[in-house]
Amino acid sequence: MSEGQKDSRAPDDARTPTPARSALSSHRPDRSAPSATSARDAHPSHLLLRLLVLLLALAAWQLAADAHGSVYFPPPSRIAHRAYELWFSGPVRHLFLTSAAFEDVLPSLGRMAAGFGIAALGGIAAGVVVGRSRWAYAVCNPVLQFARAVPPPALVPVLVVVLDFGTPMQITSIAFSAVWPVLINTAEGVRNTDPLRIDVAAVLRLGPLERLRFLLLPSALPRIFAGLRLSLSLSLILMVFSELLPGTADGIGFTLTDAQSRSDLLTVWAALLLLGVLGHLLNTALLAVERRLIGRGRTTP
Amino acid sequence: MTLRLDALGQRYGDHLVLHGIDLTVPDGQLLCVVGPSGCGKSTLLRTVAGLQPASEGTVTVDGTPVTGVPDQLAVVFQDYGRSLFPWLTVRDNVALPLRRRGLARAERRAEAERILERVGLDGAGCRHPWQLSGGMQQRVAIARALVCRPSLLLMDEPFGSLDAQTREDLEDLLLEVHRTDGATIVFVTHDIDESVYVGDRVVVLSPGPGSRVVLDLPVQLPGKRDQIGTRGLPEFVELRAEVGRAVRGAQGYPTG
Repeated sequence: MSEGQKDSRAPDDARTPTPARSALSSHRPDRSAPSATSARDAHPSHLLLRLLVLLLALAAWQLAADAHGSVYFPPPSRIAHRAYELWFSGPVRHLFLTSAAFEDVLPSLGRMAAGFGIAALGGIAAGVVVGRSRWAYAVCNPVLQFARAVPPPALVPVLVVVLDFGTPMQITSIAFSAVWPVLINTAEGVRNTDPLRIDVAAVLRLGPLERLRFLLLPSALPRIFAGLRLSLSLSLILMVFSELLPGTADGIGFTLTDAQSRSDLLTVWAALLLLGVLGHLLNTALLAVERRLIGRGRTTP
Repeated sequence: MTLRLDALGQRYGDHLVLHGIDLTVPDGQLLCVVGPSGCGKSTLLRTVAGLQPASEGTVTVDGTPVTGVPDQLAVVFQDYGRSLFPWLTVRDNVALPLRRRGLARAERRAEAERILERVGLDGAGCRHPWQLSGGMQQRVAIARALVCRPSLLLMDEPFGSLDAQTREDLEDLLLEVHRTDGATIVFVTHDIDESVYVGDRVVVLSPGPGSRVVLDLPVQLPGKRDQIGTRGLPEFVELRAEVGRAVRGAQGYPTG
């Protein structure tokens, strides 16, 4: 009997390390809950500090530009005023936007939305296909890495030859440049799906679409968004770049070259300011979507 | 559901994990499989679940050879943190297997709530798994396994990473489920006490490579099992010693 007592201690000892492991695994989701984005930049004193740095930078720019007095480097107050005159002094019923704002900004945004949309959908779809199969991943990876390594603006001259100047060429260059980061990141995310969860899906006999909806996409979502953020900034770059080419009649890039040809440096700077603000707003919007989708505590691979 | 393993063997390349396992689990039996870690208990379960084809021999369920995941089968894994889907609520996790039965959304939810209440988690349906304690998460996993009323339930060291008190509660929950549902259950554990307490029968595997069955012991204990009383019974102590001896002997330790 005492022997039985002794015997039963063996599994007891073996059991001791397991609670620690369980604590670890059950905390993993909690720790990554604020995952990519949330709490990091929410602290109020950080916000104040950031505002302060921004104001200081603007003040320094203003003082330096005033002191120098060059026409090529106008002070920010005048740039902001020109931006206001050009785009934001419209009637109330147009949300203060001028007709120039509609002519310059909307076509640009439309082309960018189309290009980015195509890149996002196509990239996610192709990424799932590539990431699902070990074979497809191994075969496609070198090509994908190559495609990603080509500097996107270098493709535009090729597309100009193929598609001629105009909106289709512009949308294609945006989509073709922005698709790779989403594709590669989605494939990587899908490929790294927890193998135990794949077993679970098999045991629950989920169909292919349910597997996609309830397992593969949610578990790859952090990676997908990492890809989308890269793609978004590429889209903005390609949007401007494709509008700098001859044959364009509208858009922010066109405003830029047009103002430059008229030596209207103030408008050039205003367009740059607008692009910066636009890029920042778009990125913030994407982050908000990401936070909404991923913020509910989940494991990141 | 009757489960039958005939000369089952499993190897990874040159490495032999299981060899010559013959085992028949009659309908409604709760079989515990005990063995030192690394002896291929999990491999055995994965093979029965159809997640991995057998390299030798056959597995049949009610006379039908297992080639994919059998119908009416459910599995509870040890690592509840990974086995549950953290992006779904507790209720949606539990309702997930009901989708293939073509039930309407409201029916699926009602069924999930009913089963959650049964495992003692009423009111937790709207929370996410990671907001619950380990024991509660494993209850969710058990609810997800039970929601389709499986007739064959496989459990891979399900309580292995829980604290003693929680583990005892869940052992009793399992016994209650087995009494009322009468499913065939294969319960893998490395805990000798646990195997005797929950099992109708205990099978001990030898350490790898090439694990085989070294002890096949029916467990007959008088009366309804309860944590304090049953564990003090002379029959219980006797059986535990016998299983312990087999495990130790199988590990090559002196048996005294």
